[in-house]
Amino acid sequence: MSILVIADHDNAELKPVTRVVVAAAQQIGGDIDLLVAGEGCSAVAEEAAKIDGVSKVLCADNAAYGHQLPENVAALVAELGADYSHIMTAHSTAGKNFLPRVAASLGVAQISDIQSVESADTFKRPIYAGNAIATVKSNDSIKVISVRGTAFDPVAAEGGSAAVEAVSSAHDAGVSSFINAEIVQSERPELTAASVIISGGRGMQSGDNFSLLEGIADKLGAAIGASRAAVDAGFVPNDMQVGQTGKIVAPDLYIAVGISGAIQHLAGMKDSKVIVAINKDEDAPIFQVADYGLVADLFQALPELEAKL
Amino acid sequence: MKVLVPVKRVVDYNVKIRVKPDKSGVDLANVKMSVNPFCEIAIEEAVRLKEAGTATEVVAVSVGSSACKEQLRTCLALGADRAVLIETDQDAQPLAIARALKALQEKEQADIIIFGKQSIDGDNSQTGQMFAALTGLPQGTFASKVTVADGKMEVTREIDGGLETVSLTLPAVVSTDLRLNEPRYASLPNIMKAKKKPLDEVSPDELGVDMTPTLEILAVEPPAERQAGIKVESVEELVDKLKNEAKVI
Repeated sequence: MSILVIADHDNAELKPVTRVVVAAAQQIGGDIDLLVAGEGCSAVAEEAAKIDGVSKVLCADNAAYGHQLPENVAALVAELGADYSHIMTAHSTAGKNFLPRVAASLGVAQISDIQSVESADTFKRPIYAGNAIATVKSNDSIKVISVRGTAFDPVAAEGGSAAVEAVSSAHDAGVSSFINAEIVQSERPELTAASVIISGGRGMQSGDNFSLLEGIADKLGAAIGASRAAVDAGFVPNDMQVGQTGKIVAPDLYIAVGISGAIQHLAGMKDSKVIVAINKDEDAPIFQVADYGLVADLFQALPELEAKL
Repeated sequence: MKVLVPVKRVVDYNVKIRVKPDKSGVDLANVKMSVNPFCEIAIEEAVRLKEAGTATEVVAVSVGSSACKEQLRTCLALGADRAVLIETDQDAQPLAIARALKALQEKEQADIIIFGKQSIDGDNSQTGQMFAALTGLPQGTFASKVTVADGKMEVTREIDGGLETVSLTLPAVVSTDLRLNEPRYASLPNIMKAKKKPLDEVSPDELGVDMTPTLEILAVEPPAERQAGIKVESVEELVDKLKNEAKVI
């Protein structure tokens, strides 16, 4: 068996979730090659070569792949991936964008968002927002798989010494182009990589009130998230949304503030190790999954919590 | 300009689903079914393109059993001009659906094809992208804004780090995210009118498409239940528990 893992990166650095995908690939077994497709991405390829357990790094450095346009990246992956038994990447917005194109081009199914490897062709994945878990067996010759970023412990970033091989293939479909990106700059850890997350919901009442979470986040080194209700209400931008249709997180500590606990939010955070809920409604469903619940007015509890940490 | 909107019939998002005791799947007997919420956003966007004068015709299509006609009627009541059901009783998986839609697109020649970004049952997030690959069209997935002008479409996409805008040459594929629009409710007069709008049926055989699934579902089980913990009385007690009991801070 041989597995092609496609790296998640921004041309400057490798996203940690790539090492989660490598961990899932190791459970399948066989040689693991890692593809870095981008523009000016040689530093990413060097970083990828150090990942424990990677046999070879393929580096496709071309303007056509600079912004991860799926029309171009998928064509490259379908070409390179045809000789592998498995093609895997993260179930991130980047992976979700190009991977189904790869599967369709190869004429095989895709298994999305796997949370466990049962065997080389059988996997478990959540359906219905995590309210059911399906065991899925693929009968295709090539298994195309996206991996849940919280479901496997990442392999070590150091310890490997894979060779980096340049890939010259240039696929430019010429039907799409990048215009701009508004990437939120933050000193805080990324939501999907943070070990502590504090999230606010509709109970925060306004975007300004999210500043109440900041002092606590600073003290805990936490990322700040939000429920869909808070994002839909315009309190905070979409990239902060935790839930079925936002980011799936599983930190050591998740603090839900003013969040009622809709199914769609729980689907995104219920695998967290310890869950704390602060809500003034003692019947809020969030308390049914919380390890520690505090029934209190968040406008009193948050300043007090910040002071006591 | 023609807009094609593929929609899926799914368990209504308010329903708390139950897994069948024999692990063969989710119990769908006597459960309320609806248009997948993301597909509803897709219909709304298409209708708005028509209302703005950009599009001239909105065609809704679904792949599934004859029961899907109910959801297609809903789409007609929301403003679609006509509907097509690709009727099959097989378990339709994303790649087969994408192939069936490709065959339909060859007849329809739509300029814009708007999908929901995922269905709330399978949560795959595949069909739109697969269709785009099979038809060789560009795609703007997870869209929060769409503008059409001069044979091109600009799509603002919700990505992990923020937002990204791409330009696509028409014809092109879009998949909708939550914040693209807020779908309207169907009015009673429009529900009545929808009954008279055309709803055609076609079989996968007539389209020359094999719907045989390649993924086998071996079991469907409920997730591990999380036990509710305790209620603490004060912030002080909370901090104490986190430090000394859970040891996470």
